[in-house]
Amino acid sequence: MKLGFSAADEAFRQECAAWLQEQMDGPFADIRGITNLVSKVDRRRLWEQQLAAHGWSCIGWPKAWGGRDATLAQQVIFAEEYARAGAPNRINHIGVELAGPTILAFGTEEQKAKFLPGIAAGTDIWCQGYSEPNAGSDLANVRTKARLDGDEWVVNGQKVWTSLAHFSDWIFVIARSEEGSQGPKGLTFLMMKMGQPGIEVVPIGQMNGEAEFNETFFTDARCPADSLIGSVGDGWRVAMGLLAFERGVSTLAQQMQFRNELDAIIAAAKANGMASDGVVRSRIAKAEVGLRLMRYGALRMLSNTDLSAIDGAALTYKIQWATWRRDLGELAMDVLGQAGEVVDGDNYHWPMLPNMYLFSRSDTIYGGTNQIQRNLIAERGLGLPREPRGNL
Amino acid sequence: MEFAFTDEQAMIAETVKAFFAENASSERTRAAMAADGVDRALWSSFCKELGLAGIGIAEELGGAGLGMVELSIVAEAAGTHVAALPLLGLAAGARAIALGGNTDQHQAYLGGILSGDILVAAVEADAEALHFADGKLSGTLPFVPHGVAADLYVIASSLGVFVLDRKAAGVSISAQTTMDQTRPLAKLILDQAAVDRLDDADKAHAGFRQGGWLCLAAEALGGSQSALDITVAYSKERVQFGRQIGSYQAYKHRLADMMVDIEQARSAVYWAACAVDEGDEEQALALHSAKSFCADTYRACSGHMIQLHGGIGFTWEHDAHLFFKRARSISSMMGDSEWHRQKIADLVMGAAL
Ligand SMILES: Cc1cc2nc3c(=O)[nH]c(=O)nc-3n(C[C@H](O)[C@H](O)[C@H](O)COP(=O)(O)OP(=O)(O)OC[C@H]3O[C@@H](n4cnc5c(N)ncnc54)[C@H](O)[C@@H]3O)c2cc1C
Repeated sequence: MKLGFSAADEAFRQECAAWLQEQMDGPFADIRGITNLVSKVDRRRLWEQQLAAHGWSCIGWPKAWGGRDATLAQQVIFAEEYARAGAPNRINHIGVELAGPTILAFGTEEQKAKFLPGIAAGTDIWCQGYSEPNAGSDLANVRTKARLDGDEWVVNGQKVWTSLAHFSDWIFVIARSEEGSQGPKGLTFLMMKMGQPGIEVVPIGQMNGEAEFNETFFTDARCPADSLIGSVGDGWRVAMGLLAFERGVSTLAQQMQFRNELDAIIAAAKANGMASDGVVRSRIAKAEVGLRLMRYGALRMLSNTDLSAIDGAALTYKIQWATWRRDLGELAMDVLGQAGEVVDGDNYHWPMLPNMYLFSRSDTIYGGTNQIQRNLIAERGLGLPREPRGNL
Repeated sequence: MEFAFTDEQAMIAETVKAFFAENASSERTRAAMAADGVDRALWSSFCKELGLAGIGIAEELGGAGLGMVELSIVAEAAGTHVAALPLLGLAAGARAIALGGNTDQHQAYLGGILSGDILVAAVEADAEALHFADGKLSGTLPFVPHGVAADLYVIASSLGVFVLDRKAAGVSISAQTTMDQTRPLAKLILDQAAVDRLDDADKAHAGFRQGGWLCLAAEALGGSQSALDITVAYSKERVQFGRQIGSYQAYKHRLADMMVDIEQARSAVYWAACAVDEGDEEQALALHSAKSFCADTYRACSGHMIQLHGGIGFTWEHDAHLFFKRARSISSMMGDSEWHRQKIADLVMGAAL
């Protein structure tokens, strides 16, 4: 067990810190510190391309596909320096962290050649089409249909809560390809071009006043026959494999955003005098501990190369961070007081902490709700009986 | 950077787990509880056969080398069985002597302690309750863990860290009936008792706290994991309303919450252990985090264990109360969780105005 970084790692830190600083002070100063995923999209596309041009867009990927084969330590360092420099949240997170690794793990060489360069270059933004009106927690209940028509798949149905679909270039969907099949059987994982006539995107307003997610309608939407990852009817396995990547290194970048949020709370407490309140101090301490344990939990999870073993750190990670951040939202508002409940101007658009307070209420829902996480932990981690299935 | 056990650490973990599973049985622990809270035969084989007493103490001082990660592995395994052992005294006391003692002090104490022949108790004392002059210490120490069983005491305070022989003149020891009988507290009254002040008080006190806090945190981790494992096993056996009780969501979700906390407690212990071993500048933050988080986790998990067992969990016969009481005593000892959190707040946001 060793936590310290080597001298070579520290040299790497200097290198990426210097580059990021230069970018955020200079050409990309206008998008510094943006944490949402929807403002200044055009500038942020350029930022993705700038990262790519300098080899920083997907450092954990193999060199052959535009990455750097970065070690775990290097990925940790890059995530830390990225946030320290105030670089904006990555709008192509889904491409780099989910679509890319899935294609690397399950795709053919032709598919890698077709899809990876666009992601690595920062030109293709991706979104994830899993959830449907009747397939939320019960994701296997997907009803969107895919049918092979000559050398093309034809897709009909509806996805919902599709984050970033309104400006994405590609979407991966799971669709039912076997007529009459039920549950996880008979699903196929397809990669489809957005912006085609058969795909309509309708934004959905969120409680924080923004609209990051959408309804996505498929009406005879098409993609070439070789757009499927894995084999026909094998989509569930691919979809679940992809979810494992959600617990990858990107979690470290997310943690750095949490760091910035906690620091902002501490600064606010110092500014308004709450910092001398013993109860507030205790809650801040608790938040600090939780954030550190998140970091070390992630490092345990990422250091675990034995993927066959049940990995407690990985299994518990989602509910841990989601719950932590929900509590952080409460702490933020308690520290800000009523000043946190008003904003200048007539736009219903919130500064970082009040927005985090509102947004954190979705953290415990997307990517598997807290209740579903507990079911998974109990069933997979502790071997408890599975939830009975109803027949409505 | 690699936050996983090395092969050697994994081997130590396996060895100690097997050792405690085989020897630290409930019957033996209960026999010790009825006496002075130390299973002497277990302690002797721990020190002499396994040779584990010297973990975290440098080899030149007669220790086994290795560090706080390995010490935590041992304490976690001992905590798994609420073993009735003077491990805290060893972890805090021997480390204080090793780090803060001079050569004479090393020679005077470490040999006997590490062989298991001399039983050491460690206690942190409020300086205001003590008076030290001319090598003599006076005052009352109301809560000395394993105070009746011990041969030697290491007393840490801001006046210095002192080694006291139980046979010294002016020492009176009285047993106290203690809620956690696996680590009973005694009252020590010192009246001009001769003590040996460790040469480097700061290093001694730092070592005392590193060893003590980590030992308690790791014991709490092991105990919490046991509380979960035992309850999971029970939930699969016990049937009510025609179903295993572990199939009810209210029940299994509570078990899941226990696992979520325990996984964080595991990160906390090994983060703090690595931070000490690597001399990391954040080690104080790590130690305060580990002690507070693990104690809180243990209290919650051992409480859930009772609830999720129903009536049987409230009996003397069932082991649930051993965990519950150990959790309580760990939480109160060497700074309660709130105290540690205020220290953390000082570290991250500066002292309160
Ligand atoms: C901000 C945001 C972004 C999103 N982005 C995407 C995206 O990009 N792509 C995508 O595919 N999806 C996305 N989602 C959808 C998200 O994954 C789903 O909302 C989530 O899986 C829950 O499904 P649901 O909304 O249908 O709720 P439901 O499944 O209907 O759940 C409602 C309530 O019932 C509880 N519940 C359900 N089943 C059980 C059970 N077995 N035991 C106990 N309680 C249960 C849930 O915990 C929840 O509290 C996003 C959601 C949000 C909020």
